[in-house]
Formats: sequence, structure tokens, C-alpha cells
Amino acid sequence: MRLFEYEAKEVFAKNGIPIPKGGVATTPAEAEGVYGDLGSVVVKSQVLVGGRGKAGGIKFADTPAELKESVAALLGFEIRGFKVGSVLIEEKLDIEKELYVGVTVERSQGKAVVLASGKGGIDIEELARNYPDQIVKELIDVRRGLRPYEAADILRRAGVSGKALNRAAGILVKLYDIFWAYDAEVTEINPLVVTKDGSLVAADAKMNIDDEAVGRHPEVRQEDSFLTELEKEARTHNLGYVEMGGTIGVIGNGAGLNMTTLDILRYYGGEPANFLEVSGRTYMKAEEAIQIVLKNPNVKAIFGNFFGSISRCDVIAKGLAEAIKKGKVTKPMVVSMRGNGAEEGKKILRALDVPIYENDQIAGEKVVELAKRG
Amino acid sequence: MLIQGITGNEGVFHTRLMLDYGTKIVAGVTPGKYGEKVHGVPVYDTVKQALENHEIDASGVFVPGILCKNAALEALDGGVKTVVVITEGVPMHDSMIIKSEAREKGAVVIGPNTPGLVSVDECKLGILDTHHVEKGNIGVVSRSGTLTTEITAGLVGAGLGQSTVVGIGGDGVIGSTFLDVYKMFEKDEGTVGVAFVGEIGGTMEEEVAAYIGERRTKPAVAFIAGRNVPEGKRLGHAGAIVEGTRGTAESKIQALTEAGVKVGDVPWDLGKLMAELI
Repeated sequence: MRLFEYEAKEVFAKNGIPIPKGGVATTPAEAEGVYGDLGSVVVKSQVLVGGRGKAGGIKFADTPAELKESVAALLGFEIRGFKVGSVLIEEKLDIEKELYVGVTVERSQGKAVVLASGKGGIDIEELARNYPDQIVKELIDVRRGLRPYEAADILRRAGVSGKALNRAAGILVKLYDIFWAYDAEVTEINPLVVTKDGSLVAADAKMNIDDEAVGRHPEVRQEDSFLTELEKEARTHNLGYVEMGGTIGVIGNGAGLNMTTLDILRYYGGEPANFLEVSGRTYMKAEEAIQIVLKNPNVKAIFGNFFGSISRCDVIAKGLAEAIKKGKVTKPMVVSMRGNGAEEGKKILRALDVPIYENDQIAGEKVVELAKRG
Repeated sequence: MLIQGITGNEGVFHTRLMLDYGTKIVAGVTPGKYGEKVHGVPVYDTVKQALENHEIDASGVFVPGILCKNAALEALDGGVKTVVVITEGVPMHDSMIIKSEAREKGAVVIGPNTPGLVSVDECKLGILDTHHVEKGNIGVVSRSGTLTTEITAGLVGAGLGQSTVVGIGGDGVIGSTFLDVYKMFEKDEGTVGVAFVGEIGGTMEEEVAAYIGERRTKPAVAFIAGRNVPEGKRLGHAGAIVEGTRGTAESKIQALTEAGVKVGDVPWDLGKLMAELI
């Protein structure tokens, strides 16, 4: 789950990383209160997608009147499909130098990776593309952690020197400790600003918490704002749901199988409208699942593709049957079932006249036909 | 073998299926349930207690996600050399700790979020559906549970049985990667060819492709799920996130193809492709 910049900064500040003076506002009146005597400020849209600067989501103001204008322009503004609901108003920093520091997961080895660069302020992917030799990378065994002298050496190699070196190393160790303490997938400061008077300030902040671990951090927001309304509703049932642009509603168990279902539909010229996964934890919720799939108005036909494992097909079939009996399944549905509980599951659905196949290729072809007839 | 979390719903259900397949399960562990029996298998309070009474080569972990770290560390610390974590929903940092401990102990961890593994007609540790698996000499290694059976069924349809089927798990951090398992298949005389079931996200496919490209010891085929997944979306598997150009299906397919691995467009292609190679 991705945190907003202001949320990440709250976490950083609480753990001793200096952030700029300022605060968050959701209305022009709040913005005035935050502004106080900050003087020259930067007004930043709080959205969970990247590229907000290029999209015009960051403005500057030197007076209360300019502030009012910027805030009015940004609140409600849309950036890559996401409405701006709040702005962060912060003092403008007197920049001497911009650094990059970040901590993330190196998946293959299962280690943490600490990244640092003397060329901060540019997007890290762009930095990696254009200046790969300017990024210092160090793998860290998580049972050992990052030690202060290692942080100092990483930054030294990234070209940081003098007084800034010790201060930056202290911040990097804190950033690593936050990464570890909060079950983060990434913690990043870009840029970490060295000001003209020699202090270091986290001008931006990025933090992503592992979805599976959010529950053990009650101090952070529990609901993912990156999701659409239907995706959120699915989440409240612990169901994975993704919206797409086509006409076929997809429901299945197992991520790999579901991805293959998309491949099968495309193979036969069909387009998925959405994609819902019941898993080993939620396979008893098929009744709720199919209703979420049908809430997408573009759905013309439904493809249920199931392979019983821990998620047993008979239990899934019972859930679907309940939805059919209650008249909730308003579009034609084709089902494919194999694996644990499939025989029993097929019996249940056949009794309700649902076309059912063992082979998901054939079922996929049928459902594409149905959707085209629409 | 040992089953941790043997008295839970899934533990009870799948212990039955594993015993029926021929797996020698000698003990189970659930703290507080010492003295009980599950399908005749004695239950102990801790792994240490089970080890005092039995010789254990491998453990299957069925405990809930948030408790998996403790369970896996308990097995590794006791000296169990193979630990298979079936559970989904294990926090990534917990998996990092488990992996680090396994590295130090020289043990093999499979999973989490895996259907487990099957040595065909010998034993199974996990929840893989074995109705579509037949004895033969193809090694299958997969990031997906349900899709694994799709692939084995396709291989069987082409007259190709399997030596071992390994689900490595769908999470971002897992104990053993494609490369780790491929190296085991390389040494296994009963395996003449390898089928990979990959998916978008991470760089595991690219890594194994780099290794195979240099050696080309055994013919290999692959299917990559998720080429039709929109960018930035998470589709059930935590590992399957496409971000920018990293971890895309295209990048994986290209790397594998350049290494001489035949990549199928749809899962049912793999049987035919493998039959042409061996």
C-alpha cells in the first residue's frame, strides 16, 4: 500500500528525519492556516501516481493571494485519472545540492538493497537509465541490518563529503530502520536536499507498505486509496479485483490461472472487463465475488475458470449457485472446473443449467462468442 | 516428514491426501495439541519435541501467514533441511528473514504461497492436485499453483510424464527461485527436460535464462502468464506486478528465447514444444 507524500513524511519526521516546515490542507481555508508566515512556499498535489510535476501538479507561491490561487487550481485537479484531494504546503528550501537515498527489496536474494546517488532530484528510473554509474547499490542481509559506517561508505562512494556525509549517513540509517520497522517495500527520499546553511532535509518522501503486513501497523492508514471504488469494495471482502476495459467478466481462483484466463480470452479475440480472484482464503465468497464482477456495466458475459486446490470447486460452485438462485446473475456465464471438488461442483451448476466444461480453452472460446453476441 | 499446523482445516484435509499419495508423514506440530492424532499421525507441541521422537527430512508449513516466520524458523533451527511453506499471505519481510536463515543453515526453503512439490508416484509435500500428473522424465517448475496442473495436464496429453513438479510460489520473495530449482534438475538423472511456468514481475526468468544460455545442459520450454495484464496492477500474486519495462512478459520471453528456451503462447503449447525438443 502506497502512502501519500505527507503520510510518509509524518512517519519520517516521527523517526527523526528532518522534513520541511509546512502541512497538509484539503480546503483553501485550511491552506491559509497552514501557510502562516512561511513566506515562499511550494504547493504539492497529494496523489499516489508518479509524474505529478510534469502534469502540472506542483505550484509555487510567495504571497497569501498566490497561495489561494494555487490551492484553488490544484484541489480537484486530475492527474493520470486520480483527483487531487489534498495539497502539501511547504517552505521553499535554499538548495545547495540534491541527493538520492532509497531502500527497497532485492527479490531474488531476498535481501534489502540500499541505493544512494549524488545526483538527486531526478526520477530514479531515469537516473538508472542515464547515469547508471552514479548510483551506488549495496545488498543488506536483513538479519544484520545497515550499520552507520556502511551507510557512510555508501554515501562516500556516491560522492557525498564533508559535514553532509555524517548527516546523510544518519538519515540513511534511519530510512533503513523505517523500511524494516514498518514492513515497507520501499522507503525513498528524492531529493534529500543539502541546504545552503548545511542542513539536510527530506524534500520528498515515498513509502510503500507490504499489503500483507499493513494489519500489524495500526498507526498507518489501513485503506488503500490507489484503488477504484469497486476494487475497494472487493478489498473489504479480501477479494483481489482489477478493472480493465473489455466486455467479459472474469472470476477465477489462483493468480497464475487468472492471468492465463486473460491470455485465453485474448487468444480467441475477447477482451476482459475485469478480473476477480477468489483465493485459498476467500474461496467461500464466490457469491459476493460474482456480484462485484457484475457491477461493472460493460460486462456482457462471465467466465468462471476454477482449478480446485485449497480452494475447492464444490464450495465455489455453491456460492455461485446461491447468487443464481437469488437472481443476481444477470448475464450469461460459462464455467470451467477441474481439480479438487470439481465433480461435485459441476453437478451443482449443471442442475442450474450453467454451461460447464472441463477444458478452459473450449469454455473460453464459448464465452468470447457469447460476449460478442452481447 | 513433518506437517506444521497439522490440526488446522487445511492441515487435516491435505495430510489425508499426502498420506494417500504415499508420503511418509511421521509427525505433526500444533502448539498445545500434544497427544492428539491426525489420521494416525502423532501431534507434538513443538518441532523440537517432534525431532526428539522422529527423524525428519522435510517439513510442510500450513500455519496462517502471520505465524509462518516463526514456524519456518523453528524447523530450520531444528536442522530440518527442506521446508515447504504452503501458506499465502506471508509478509515479505518475514520471507526475507526465513530466506536469510535458510542460507546460513544450508537448507532449502520452497515458498511461501506455493502448492508444494511432488516426486511423481513417490511422495508429495503440499497441496498439488495429482490427478493430472504422470510418471515420466520432465521436470516442472512453476510460480503458479493452479496453472501448474494446467501445464502437467498438457504434458501428459503430449505423452510426456514428469519426474518432479515444484511449485516455487507466487510471492515477491521466495525461498528458491527458478535458477535454484533448475540447478537441481540439471543434476537429476531422472530429468531430461525442464518446463518453466513463469509470470510477469521480478527478474527470476531473466536470471535463469542467463544461466541456461551459457550452458544449455537440458532442453527447456516455458510459458509466461500475464502478458495481457495492465501495468502497475497486482493480480493476486504479490510477485506479479508489472512496473514500467521491468518484469514484463516481453522482457522474459525475449531472454528465454535467446537462451534457446522454447516459449509457448498458451499453456497447452508446452507439451508439443517439449516433444519436438527431446
